Order: sequence, then C-alpha cells, then structure tokens
Amino acid sequence: MRSLTEDPARSAEAHGERAQERKSFFTDTSICIGCKACEVACKEWNGNPQDGDLELLESSYDNTGSLGANTWRHVAFVEQDQERIQTARESGRKLVSLGMPGVGPPSSSGASGPSGGRDTTPPDTAEFRWLMSSDVCKHCTHAGCLDVCPTGALYRTEFGTVKVQEDICNGCGTCVGGCPFGVIERRDEGIIRAKTERNQSRYAQEIANEGTANKCTFCHDRLVDGQTPACAQTCPTTSIKFGEHTDMVHQARERVAHLHSEGMTEARLYGANPQDGVGGTGSVFLLLDEPEVYGLPPDPRVPTKDLPRMYKHTVVAAAGMLAAVGASFAWGGRR
Amino acid sequence: MTTSPHDSHRPPETRRSRRKGNRAEEGAREVPLVEKPQFSTYYGRPVVKAPPWGDEIAAYLFLGGLAGGSSLLAVGARWTDRPLLRRNARLTALGAVGLGTAALIHDLGRPERFLYMLRTFKPTSPMSMGTWLLSSFSTAAAVTAAVEMDRLTAYRLPLGPARRVLRVCESPAEVGTTLLAAPLASYTGALLADTAVPTWNAGRDELPFLFASSAALAASGAALVSTPPEQTQPARALSAAAAIGEVASMKIMKKRMHPAEAEPLEDGAPGTMLRWAERLTLAGTAGSVLLGGRRPTAVLSGLLLLGGSALTRVGVLRAGISSAEDPRHTIEPQKDRLERRRAQGVVDDSITTVG
Repeated sequence: MRSLTEDPARSAEAHGERAQERKSFFTDTSICIGCKACEVACKEWNGNPQDGDLELLESSYDNTGSLGANTWRHVAFVEQDQERIQTARESGRKLVSLGMPGVGPPSSSGASGPSGGRDTTPPDTAEFRWLMSSDVCKHCTHAGCLDVCPTGALYRTEFGTVKVQEDICNGCGTCVGGCPFGVIERRDEGIIRAKTERNQSRYAQEIANEGTANKCTFCHDRLVDGQTPACAQTCPTTSIKFGEHTDMVHQARERVAHLHSEGMTEARLYGANPQDGVGGTGSVFLLLDEPEVYGLPPDPRVPTKDLPRMYKHTVVAAAGMLAAVGASFAWGGRR
Repeated sequence: MTTSPHDSHRPPETRRSRRKGNRAEEGAREVPLVEKPQFSTYYGRPVVKAPPWGDEIAAYLFLGGLAGGSSLLAVGARWTDRPLLRRNARLTALGAVGLGTAALIHDLGRPERFLYMLRTFKPTSPMSMGTWLLSSFSTAAAVTAAVEMDRLTAYRLPLGPARRVLRVCESPAEVGTTLLAAPLASYTGALLADTAVPTWNAGRDELPFLFASSAALAASGAALVSTPPEQTQPARALSAAAAIGEVASMKIMKKRMHPAEAEPLEDGAPGTMLRWAERLTLAGTAGSVLLGGRRPTAVLSGLLLLGGSALTRVGVLRAGISSAEDPRHTIEPQKDRLERRRAQGVVDDSITTVG
C-alpha cells in the first residue's frame, strides 16, 4: 500500500470542468494590527453563533481563545519582551543557516546579516513587541479531517479547499481528532446549552447545524460568485491576502526575503513547503516567531500518512488473536 | 507569556507530583533521550483537539471487543463440541455488539443520521472501515444468535419458513463471524491511532495488539461467568495468553513513546484506571488459570477480567483526551522529532521555512 491520503489532483478531476486553480490565503502577520475585523466579518457572513459567555480570558487582548466550531478566524495576541525578540530573531537566523531549499532572497544581501548601507534596525521598539496573527483553517493539501470522515461529508471543493457538507455530517467527531491543527470541532450540546440558557435575552439566536462538525468553509458561497472570502475582503491592512495558491506562496516568499533583507530575521513562513507533514497548507502564514508561540504545531503530520502501517498492525493483531483462540482450543481444551 | 518583571521571582515550575508507589519504575523509564527542549505555548492552550468522544465510545470499544472475542469462542466451541459455551458465547456476542452499536449511535452529534455512515466505503477512514466491519459482523452474529435462541426456546419461536432459511444460513454466518471478529476487535486501535491526539497517535504500532488482547480477555471473562467450568478450559487458556499480550503490548507501547506522550497513560485519573486495569487483569487471569475449575471462583475471575478489559478501554480513551488538553504533550514530541530530523541532515520537510 503506497499511501492512503487523499490526492487533491484527483479530487479536482472529479469536479471536471468546474475545477479551478487552487485558492489560498496568505496571512502576513507582520502587518496584522489585531483589529479582529476578520473575526467579525467571518461571524457575520457565516452566521456563526457566539462562543462562550463573553468572558475576559486575561490573555492580552485575545478573548476569543481559539479556533472552534463557532470561531473560524481567531486573532492571537502575544506580548514579548526584548529577550524573547532576540530569541526569535536567532531561531529565524538558524533556519537560514540550516540551508533549507530556496532560502533567502536569491540576489540580495546573501544568507543573513545586515545588508550594506541600508538601515537594518528592526522596526520594533527596543523593549517589547506585540505579535498578532489571524489564524484560520489550513485547508491542507493532505487534509486529516477529510481523510478520516466516514460519511463523505468533508470534501475537496472545486477551489481546492476543504469543506463540510452540513446536511451530510452526522457528528461522529472523527475529524476533530484527525486535524493536526485543532481547527475543526463539533458544534456541541455544551456550547448550545450556554446559548439556550440565555434564551430570554436579546442575544438569543437560533443555532444552525447543531451537532455537526463545523469549520472555515473558505466562504465557498462567496467563491462560487467570484467574490473574496469575508475575512480577506474586510482586512484593513491586507494582512489577509487571498488568491491563487501559487501566487500566494510566491508573494509569501518575496515578503519573507524582503523582511530578512531588512534585518528581521525572525520572519519565516508556515505552510509554504509542499514536502511537510501535511503536503503544504492552503493557508500560508508569515510568522515572526516559532509556530508554537502562536499556538500552531511545530511539526504537524497528517495521521493518515501512517495509516497503511496501522492497518498492517491491525491485521497482524487480528491474526494473532485468531491464532491465540485456535491454540487455546487445540491445547488448552484438554482436561 | 508576559512581560511582568515579577515573573523572575516565581519559583521554577515543578512537574506534577508522581504517585509514590511508582517512583522506581518512573525513574527507570525517564532517561531523556534528547535534551529537554525550551519552548513556549500560546497561553497554555491546547494545540490539537480531542474528538468529542465520551464514555459511550469507551463502552463501544469494550463491547465490540467482547463481541468479537466471544464469537471466536463460539466458533471454537462448536468445533470442539461444547454446546453450552457455544450458546452462551453466541448470545454474548450479539448482546454486546447490539449494545455497542447503540452506544456508538448515541454518541453521534446527529444520531438520526447514523445510516449516513454507510454512504461511502472509504479506506482512508478507519471509522468507515469499522462501520462496515461492525454492520456485517452484527448481521452474521445475529443469525448465529437467532439459531441459538430458537434452540433455547425448543423451536417454539413463530418463525415459519424462516427457520429453514436460518438453518441454511448458520454455517455461512459462522464463517463470516470467524473472519470479521478479530478485525472488529483490533481495528479500534487504528481508529484511535489515526488521529492527531498525541498519546493515541504515538501508540499506533501497539494499540491494535493491546485492544485485541483486551478483547480476548473480556471474552474469556464473559465465558467464565456464563458457562460452567467443564466447558471453559479453552477460555481459561486464552485468558492467560491474552493477559501476556495485553501487559506486554502496554509496556512496549509506553516504552516506545516520547515521555511526554506516555505521561497521560500514567498520571491522573486515566493512569489510576490503567494501573487498576492491570491489577484486575492479572488477578483475574491468575484466578481463571488456577481456580477456574470451580464455579464461584471462576465467576469471580471472569468478572475481574471483564472489569480489567473495560478499565483498559476507558483508561486509554481518557488518557488520549487528556493528552490533547495540555499543549506540552503535542509540542514537546513534535519539536524533538523535528530536531532529530534536522540533526540527521533532513531539512526539506519542515512546515516552517524561510523561503
């Protein structure tokens, strides 16, 4: 058995003439101002219910917490001191010195270090910085959620994105565990109950798609009309860019090269490598520190990659069980 | 993550305290293979999410295994002419698989859509494969159990011409259960392992063996409880083999895991459950092998075996769920394996790149 992960190219063939170039986000966190307009636009357009009870989470200016069934864009806030900035800068520089493929700007100042003559003082204040990053579903090339979905509710759209058919999903929850990024979630009773308790309040609302898995749809309903997804359209700083996948990755590479040439060696891309554990993501990020600082996994791997081996072990274990029962009757049966 | 100057006065963070009894074992295991990595998390929030699987799923893991193991015992009993064991094991198999299916359906977010599971046949999804296994196995198990029920009621069931059909179907159905029972017991290992939940995923090589062993233990236990000792010698032999399999695969699984992935199997409530599971299993096996010849001790040993198997399933399920709740279990092993690959000179497969 070669591999059991879904092949996006063949999924695209299934769409026939309707298949389009793969669409992607490029989220450039270096110009994110943390306004959360994307979160609002996403909720408004998709009619997603409120998460939780409007509490303050006491984590900087982030009171959303994380991505989930009702939150498809989540802006992370990280406050860092001088020491942490230096560490981030160092770890970015280390990535360059590892000699990764296609590293750095091809013709400019060389691998790392300040370029001659230009002011390479990084634009942060010396004492601290804020990292802000708008997280979203990664729409992976090898999507764990899609692979493990038993009903076929999750599918690869004609735009190369991953979407749940909410009228098919029966809420088995397998996809929740299948996602290496912790994005997809079942819109559950627990969350619903919080809302029904407020039934009398003016915030009471009807919950759509109760009990099914929910996540970013890449605004599929907007894409079919040739529109931009709500979050990208509303982003006031163009931190969230939307377009064809190859174009987005190209822009991301240019941007990271530019930042490095300005001395911001902490800049790095997340999800732009088609050789990574999920085959590259449909949402590419430019980060200014290690991924785990933003709550992203440092080395995600789609679990289905190891599935042929797991099946092999399942069969061997089953054969062993059969043999053990057989032996028990053959030898254990004598009085 | 804070910039407060008072942070420097904080005492260093200590690991959760270990249980006293286990210290020697833990100490022996916790020889760090790689240096402890320095990393931060996003306000300690989880990176991955565990599936919304409650105790119904644990019950299903147990009942599916019990059903699979019991139907294998029934096949053996038929071949070696042990009618009581055959009857009881067949009835146990159907009862368990029926209850297990009900538990599965109850755990769905939209139980009324359970048949949508059969929309597709999807090898990339262990859940889909499992559903097909479960539905075909339960059909076959239902036929064999129906034959037994008919026999039990002295052919008084108003079956009419269906009785002849049932008779004809008995042997093919038995062949079906023989082929499907063991995979039904072991596939749940792949079901849990094929997730991003750190502890389950890290146990991907051993979970099928652990669950197959646990299933055999449960089936032996049920046979000891339901059937007089004259006909349960094979079940007692099976319990010994399965106990060795279970204890060994659990040990090997923990040993091969990253310490941060194995920890949830040892700490907290799941750790306590798994420790008791091992105790019950060993006590039950000793009882079944040494004292299984007398009915009261056989029944007691059988109950211990059933309890041990159930606790193993609940423990593993909950350990995985708790491993997803703390980002340390996700980030630490991932950073380590990334570092290890980089140390080996593999630098082209990282999700983080600079160009």
